[in-house]
Amino acid sequence: MPREARDMTKHTHAGTGQMITARGLTKTFRSKGQTVEAVRAVDLSVAAGELVAFLGPNGAGKSTTLRMLTTLLPATSGEATVAGCDIRRDPAGVRRRIGYVGQGSSGGHTQRVRDELHAQGAFYGLGRRETHARAAELLDSLELGAFANRSVQSLSGGQKRRLDVALGLIHRPELLFLDEPSTGLDPHSRANLWEHIVELRRTTGTTIFLTTHYLDEADQLAERVMVMDHGRVIADDTAAALKESLAGDRVTLGFAGRADASAAAARLGGELDPADPTRLVLTEADGARALPRHVRDLTEAGLDLLTATHRPPTLDDVFLALTGRSLREESARAGGDEAAEQAAA
Amino acid sequence: MNTIADPAPSTATGAQTPASLAARPAPRRTGFARDTAAVFVRESRPLVRDPFSVLFSLVQPLVFLGLFGPLLVGAAGGDVAGTLQWFVPGILVMVALFGTASTGANLLFEMQTGSHERTLVAPLSRNALLVGRALKEVVPLMVQGTIVVLVAVPFGFSVNVPGLLLGLVVLAVFGIGFGALSYTLALGCRNRDWMFWMVHQTLLFPLMILSGMLLPLEDGPEWMRVAAAVNPLSYLVGAERALLAGDFGAPAVLGGAIAALVTCAIGLVVGVRAMRRAR
Repeated sequence: MPREARDMTKHTHAGTGQMITARGLTKTFRSKGQTVEAVRAVDLSVAAGELVAFLGPNGAGKSTTLRMLTTLLPATSGEATVAGCDIRRDPAGVRRRIGYVGQGSSGGHTQRVRDELHAQGAFYGLGRRETHARAAELLDSLELGAFANRSVQSLSGGQKRRLDVALGLIHRPELLFLDEPSTGLDPHSRANLWEHIVELRRTTGTTIFLTTHYLDEADQLAERVMVMDHGRVIADDTAAALKESLAGDRVTLGFAGRADASAAAARLGGELDPADPTRLVLTEADGARALPRHVRDLTEAGLDLLTATHRPPTLDDVFLALTGRSLREESARAGGDEAAEQAAA
Repeated sequence: MNTIADPAPSTATGAQTPASLAARPAPRRTGFARDTAAVFVRESRPLVRDPFSVLFSLVQPLVFLGLFGPLLVGAAGGDVAGTLQWFVPGILVMVALFGTASTGANLLFEMQTGSHERTLVAPLSRNALLVGRALKEVVPLMVQGTIVVLVAVPFGFSVNVPGLLLGLVVLAVFGIGFGALSYTLALGCRNRDWMFWMVHQTLLFPLMILSGMLLPLEDGPEWMRVAAAVNPLSYLVGAERALLAGDFGAPAVLGGAIAALVTCAIGLVVGVRAMRRAR
């Protein structure tokens, strides 16, 4: 087998600039007479060089979508082209071209860090010298050099995650999938991982498609955010545009009691916070100007106002506006679509 | 809130790409043989890094050799050397049985952590994922078998070296097949560890006892002899006894070789099918 077998003809996506296109992608799990529609007719497109975040609560179908795009799960219906290869007709072509960092820790726990990188290079058909050079490069750039001879099981959570990223990058893929890359990491390790991802993009232009249920992660990292809920993509735009679409700041007024809050709602409109009905949440074009006016009016009306704050909208507000639920609270609940997948498979 | 301030490549046309993109290597095609070698090397590396792990699964066979052996000598009333001549080949088969039966647990663990998933996304042939792992069983088996024989020699066990080498080959063929069956069990159990270990424990001891490796089955009841007749391990034990004594022409040798080959063929076929269905 020629070690350096080149395969240039398949790079059809180079012409169109599309790294991922999917039409009507659907996944239905069946178990014990029950049918779970995990992903319902998802259309998506990701251009070469983009960094797109797939945001949604656990169980929304993000991971299932990702697993179909990476050929780990066959789609029930629909089609997709990933890195120029059809996921159904040429799954091997997809696998050769993509990097994938799954939710789990992907280093074998009894393996040493450097050995695992070398094995991964061989899995992708890299020559010995090339693998060793590439492993050294990744160990250095992901700050794993000091642990190269340690066993994977001795690494901290953040170190393991950086190894996962290194393993996903050994063959310099043009497209990298990251499934919940920072879940379970402490804030410092998360920030550190983000730095590495941003740096990777800056230096190599790798297209990155990541799933997350962290709002700030999607907000800070991604150029484009796709929001998924109940198996459907319900929004797809830049974080800024999504927030702008809500047209306004969030003004929150806290009262001594529920009755006062209701009375204020009757005067000003807005919604009582479902989590705390003594608080009234309003949308105002200019929160800073609206706040003193509301405080004055409510005080004159004799209502017992305790707190008053305003802030720009967040992606959580976007999710709330789209679904009537808060993503922050959804994420706090246990679950996960992979759990549903396990049960159904 | 502005960590993405780096200049992003134009997403409108995809034409503007950083210079380093041009240096991106084209994806490589690999074949079954190369993939199998890559998987084999990865699976074998922890053994090379930590050779003492090979000794771990030797503990049980050595306990049988050290604690059961003397009882056997006493019960049979024979001499030590003669009893060892009968007993040690059975212990070799036990090594192959214990060593490979639990190897699926490694895969089970990797299925749960995510490292198996990583290999499924890599452009590796599914067949190679199973075969490479199964072939790896040969390495510790050869070392363990040799150690057992070396331990027994000072106590009067005499070994026919060509017979031992051929005996180890037969064991290796069996070990590949039985290891593949253990991986198949792991693939079937997915995240249910308890099921893996339940099946493992339920099968292991009956297979061991009904092979005649510890005590002769000739004096057992009829049903036990029937069970032994369908147990590939009893043929293996018979073959090892003949080979280590240097009796290459014994019919038991052929029987054992066939049992090992059949186990190997069934294990690989079933295992490859399970791996192809793996998610």
